[in-house]
Amino acid sequence: MRAKRRARDEWIHWARKKPTQALTSLVGLFLIVYLLLPVWHWAVTDANFLGSDRSACVGGGACWVFVRERFHQFLFGFYPADAYWRPLLTVAIGALSIGLLFVSRLGVLRLLIFVALPFIAWLILEGSLLGLPPVATDQWGGLLLTLIISVTGIAVSLPLGIFLALGRRSRLPLIRWLSVAFIELWRGVPLITVLFMASVMLPFFMPLGVEVDKLLRVLIGVTLFTSAYMAEVVRGGLQSIAKGQYEAAAALNLTSFQTMRLVILPQALRKVIPGIVNTFIGLFKDTSLVLIVGMFDLLGMVQTASTDPEWLGYSLEGYIFAGAMFWIFCFAMSRYSLRLERQLAYSSVERKQLT
Amino acid sequence: MNESPNLAIACRGLEKWFDTFQALRGIDLDVKSGERIVICGPSGSGKSTLIRCFNGLEHHDAGSLVVAGTQLGTHGEGVEAVRRDVGMVFQQFNLFPHLTILENLCLAPLWVQKRPKKDIEDQAMEYLRRVKIPEQAHKYPAQLSGGQQQRVAIARALCMNPRIMLFDEPTSALDPEMIKEVLDVMSELAASGMTMVCVTHEMGFARQVADRVVFMDKGEIVEAAPPEEFFNRPQSERTKLFLAQVLQHT
Repeated sequence: MRAKRRARDEWIHWARKKPTQALTSLVGLFLIVYLLLPVWHWAVTDANFLGSDRSACVGGGACWVFVRERFHQFLFGFYPADAYWRPLLTVAIGALSIGLLFVSRLGVLRLLIFVALPFIAWLILEGSLLGLPPVATDQWGGLLLTLIISVTGIAVSLPLGIFLALGRRSRLPLIRWLSVAFIELWRGVPLITVLFMASVMLPFFMPLGVEVDKLLRVLIGVTLFTSAYMAEVVRGGLQSIAKGQYEAAAALNLTSFQTMRLVILPQALRKVIPGIVNTFIGLFKDTSLVLIVGMFDLLGMVQTASTDPEWLGYSLEGYIFAGAMFWIFCFAMSRYSLRLERQLAYSSVERKQLT
Repeated sequence: MNESPNLAIACRGLEKWFDTFQALRGIDLDVKSGERIVICGPSGSGKSTLIRCFNGLEHHDAGSLVVAGTQLGTHGEGVEAVRRDVGMVFQQFNLFPHLTILENLCLAPLWVQKRPKKDIEDQAMEYLRRVKIPEQAHKYPAQLSGGQQQRVAIARALCMNPRIMLFDEPTSALDPEMIKEVLDVMSELAASGMTMVCVTHEMGFARQVADRVVFMDKGEIVEAAPPEEFFNRPQSERTKLFLAQVLQHT
């Protein structure tokens, strides 16, 4: 009670001392409410939530019935409805491994789980190796597909990027040239081109009768594309490590591999966590480009559903839903990166500077 | 090796080039086991380059260099064997900032010597006591003062049980009030019989601790003598000039 009163007194004190500041703040606050009020009306007070078809959309506001009716498709694409437990199980395993990311005691081990994850996911979702009715990859879609592409991309592009960054700094000219060529090639091409190449051009170059799954081709394309960016982020971190660190490690007789693993990389990667997560977030959003090669991720499913004659005119609700989903995942990644930085900070002073 | 076994470092006609600049112009220097050498000289005289050749951080281009009984080649041959017996302390400490003090001390013994963890930690704590900061074992380097960090760096080198210790201007990056605590640790180490080669401008330390003071200028050894002789009866004009400049304020 007393604390509350003191806080109020402080506000009043501030308003008296800085009247212009107080006034502009009030006007700003008013403008925000004034502008957001119609949005609130549209999205909540005038909106329809119940019903099963467009006849339920009578309120004049948003019609969330559309999102509710197509929710399962937004999540799973055209995956057979009677096998929804399989994607759900996969996501549960994925969530569990993400939970393990918070167990700092596991150290680097927790990252290994992510390397295994894509294979486990494929086993369950495709199913034929486990004796389940097979579901072809072109039926996978929605948020499920978005997650598959982004998690695979994230899990594989980081180690690949680290190798490329080390390769670019190698003393052996051949390795250095190959790394530079790889990085510059993939960074110089738009992702759309990569996806087109993967889905349209690549089959022409394959020997007759050999067919590589389209999803796999897209996955490889996206991963290599991202790893080129990752390599440059990691290289920035490597360059920020002082020469003295290499010399101290050498004087202690650590091998160059040990020096990299124990001394240089832990420091370099820590310094570029924001850049790494930035790349992850970019990748996550870029997955929606797979629509142009005929794959239906979350955004693709929303778009497809809103061209359905039954729901014409309600695409905005769908897009808002898709946008909100993307935002939630990206925001979570950004928060995790901050947590990781704080956890790895060397001192409490440094920790306080991170907000 | 045909060198006498009680020579820790034997250096004959050592030359080192950086592109077109000759940093070392034929250095001859013998360091006996247990001997304490202080190397001084103006900046750019090649003293750091010389000491960095001793553990293979720089590779010499000509001449012969035998350290701890192993011949060092011009392409770094033998460097691993040499580093097993040689510890080094740097001007900028070069502690590993992402590891605690204790982890800094234990890293190389764990991964290079592969001894049991318990032994290594006991030994590390023993050395931390010797440099008088056992209570800082679980802090990070950034939380310590410069003097404390340099003492940790000395302890880290000692944890590898070296026979020879190299010091490359260990007090040059320190605030004046911290220099003494580092020099005290170095003096104690010298009293324990460790072979030491120190590049330093601390003339007081040289006078008290060194068996021989080596003065270098322009990539050459100008004069090498026991401290009493070196400071009181310097032979060469260059040495006299250098001493006049260094001792002006002390």
